[in-house]
Amino acid sequence: MQFSENTLQQVKEIIARYPEGKHKSALLPILHMAQDEFGGWLDVPVMDYVASLLKLEPIEVYEVATFYSMYNLKPVGRYHFEVCHTGPCMVNGSDDIIAYIKNKLNIEVGETTSDGMFTLKTVECLGACGYAPMMQLGKFYKEHLTKEKVDQIIDDCRKTASLQN
Amino acid sequence: MGRKILIDKVHIEGIRFFDTYRKNGGYASLEKALKISPAEVVEEVKKSGLRGRGGAGFPTGLKWSFLAKPEGIQRYLVVNADESEPGTFKDRYLMEFIPHLLIEGMIVSSYALGANTAYIYIRGEYAWIIDILQKAIDEAKEQSFLGKNILGSGYDCEIFIHRGAGAYICGEETALLESLEGKRGNPRIKPPFPAVKGLWDCPTVVNNVETIAAVVPIINEGGDEYALIGIGKSTGTKLISACGNIKKPGVYEIDMTISVEEFIYSDEYCGGIPNGRRLKACIPGGSSVPILPANLLLKTAKGETRLMNYESLADGGFQSGSMMGSGGFIVLDEDQCIVRHTYTLARFYRHESCGQCSPCREGTGWMEKILLNIERGKGKMSDIDLLWDIQSKIEGNTICPLGDAAAWPVAAAIRHFRDEFEWHVQNPEECLRRNYGLAGYAEPLEAVIS
Ligand SMILES: Cc1cc2nc3c(=O)[nH]c(=O)nc-3n(C[C@H](O)[C@H](O)[C@H](O)COP(=O)(O)O)c2cc1C
Ligand code: SF4
Ligand code: FES
Repeated sequence: MQFSENTLQQVKEIIARYPEGKHKSALLPILHMAQDEFGGWLDVPVMDYVASLLKLEPIEVYEVATFYSMYNLKPVGRYHFEVCHTGPCMVNGSDDIIAYIKNKLNIEVGETTSDGMFTLKTVECLGACGYAPMMQLGKFYKEHLTKEKVDQIIDDCRKTASLQN
Repeated sequence: MGRKILIDKVHIEGIRFFDTYRKNGGYASLEKALKISPAEVVEEVKKSGLRGRGGAGFPTGLKWSFLAKPEGIQRYLVVNADESEPGTFKDRYLMEFIPHLLIEGMIVSSYALGANTAYIYIRGEYAWIIDILQKAIDEAKEQSFLGKNILGSGYDCEIFIHRGAGAYICGEETALLESLEGKRGNPRIKPPFPAVKGLWDCPTVVNNVETIAAVVPIINEGGDEYALIGIGKSTGTKLISACGNIKKPGVYEIDMTISVEEFIYSDEYCGGIPNGRRLKACIPGGSSVPILPANLLLKTAKGETRLMNYESLADGGFQSGSMMGSGGFIVLDEDQCIVRHTYTLARFYRHESCGQCSPCREGTGWMEKILLNIERGKGKMSDIDLLWDIQSKIEGNTICPLGDAAAWPVAAAIRHFRDEFEWHVQNPEECLRRNYGLAGYAEPLEAVIS
């Protein structure tokens, strides 16, 4: 297991943002990169690799990876729907959107479709309360969700996936 | 129409990029600051009366003056862009649409504090904003407004972005520093305060994005001029992110002299409540501050018009007032269920508790469970008193203020809407049939606006 040359270069740049000897600070950003590069989640060998790269004890990596909600400790689908359900989104109909997605994909919250394509998760406020209901999909937010928009997003994901395969 | 000094230029095409930003007066405050001493910059910020925009409202100039300055030890400026308080999305707006304002404010502030390195700690979910900020940083460096020997002044400054990974608690300044050091976001016991022992044990100032952005107009116009905007100790302008049941959710820059009523109903701001519904309640400063029923929101207990500023929103204390907080303004119409809304907030705090202190770790979980029971029609009358008891035992008994932040919303909901909790206990069938949308239940309010 190893990062690509390109990523290793980025790792170096990230470590250089912090003073000499404070390379542990690079852990959070590098875990993000590891998750992106090694299949969307942090398996133990991935965490051990990050530990060796940063010369940390593996436990130092595990304790961080388990603290933050963005690190996935289990495999997730190719597209990860993270729908916000905190108060402001709830009053704008997030419950209906979650129910609609569950029904459409035939999964419960926390589950992945059998083809490994979609995972549905509920998350707490993502700082988009004025554009509710909303979800995070990869790097971007999908806001002002409606059932039609959800249909469109699912179609787009399927299309992109079939083009990439 | 109030004055806008932070986001007045966001509608100029290309303002995100250096050239346009510069052509429209950008980086003038840096040129001005470099001609005076760091102490003079701090003095201007003191004179401005600027108060921290992250939630606590602590005077920024005073905070800066506490920064320890031992010889030969690095100092740091850390910008808090963790923005995770439900209802709050103003920093995102500022960074997304006018990133150079933050970068300019950071360089000026770092100069004032004698820091040569500054970090932006940004919540991990704002992934695309990181690219926008990085581009702004790169542009500023190319133009010698950032980096070594800025504009020939001999002053060096570097800015780095540090991406978080999903944890509200990392907005608390000492948890943020732990996270920036590559650890779990467990708040530290204070004292020592970051100004003495902060990032890697060095003296550190942590400020909110909006606070640092406000340094730009303060230096451009002078602290005294800035202090003329607003009212009393609420000087300058404030960004309010408005959401919930309003016609025009979004981010508004207000002059802190307008009334809450104007903010909610005027077309310049929220535009009123949609679908002809009436206003029921509002959480005016982000999820942690007390909820107010419509009558106490628009007028204080003394019958005075409530204004959108620190003092007026807090008028009446927790009995009949609330707080400005982060400026996350959540409006609920007459169809909204207070119990359900409060439950989502309790769930939020349980999810976000770091788990270090038992009152917070256990209490937030208990509150969530009891609220869910009541909401589902499975509650008992004694549960309401139990909730009250639990929240009162969290408040003030924890390492960091997250415990208080979790207790206050529950306390205020019971204080002002106890009858609605009782209604849930007495009408279990009704609760089961409809999770929310208790139309006709909400106390009828006089139509407050003609
Ligand atoms: C639980 C908790 C969460 C917080 N979240 C944020 C946040 O997301 N952004 C922020 O600027 N301040 C947040 N704060 C306040 C910070 O601790 C700190 O007071 C603030 O960043 C100081 O900046 P200011 O003086 O410019 O407001 C939070 C505080 C607590 C207790
Ligand atoms: S109050 Fe809660 S969040 Fe704060 S330190 Fe204690 S357990 Fe952690
Ligand atoms: S409540 Fe959903 S983004 Fe804030």
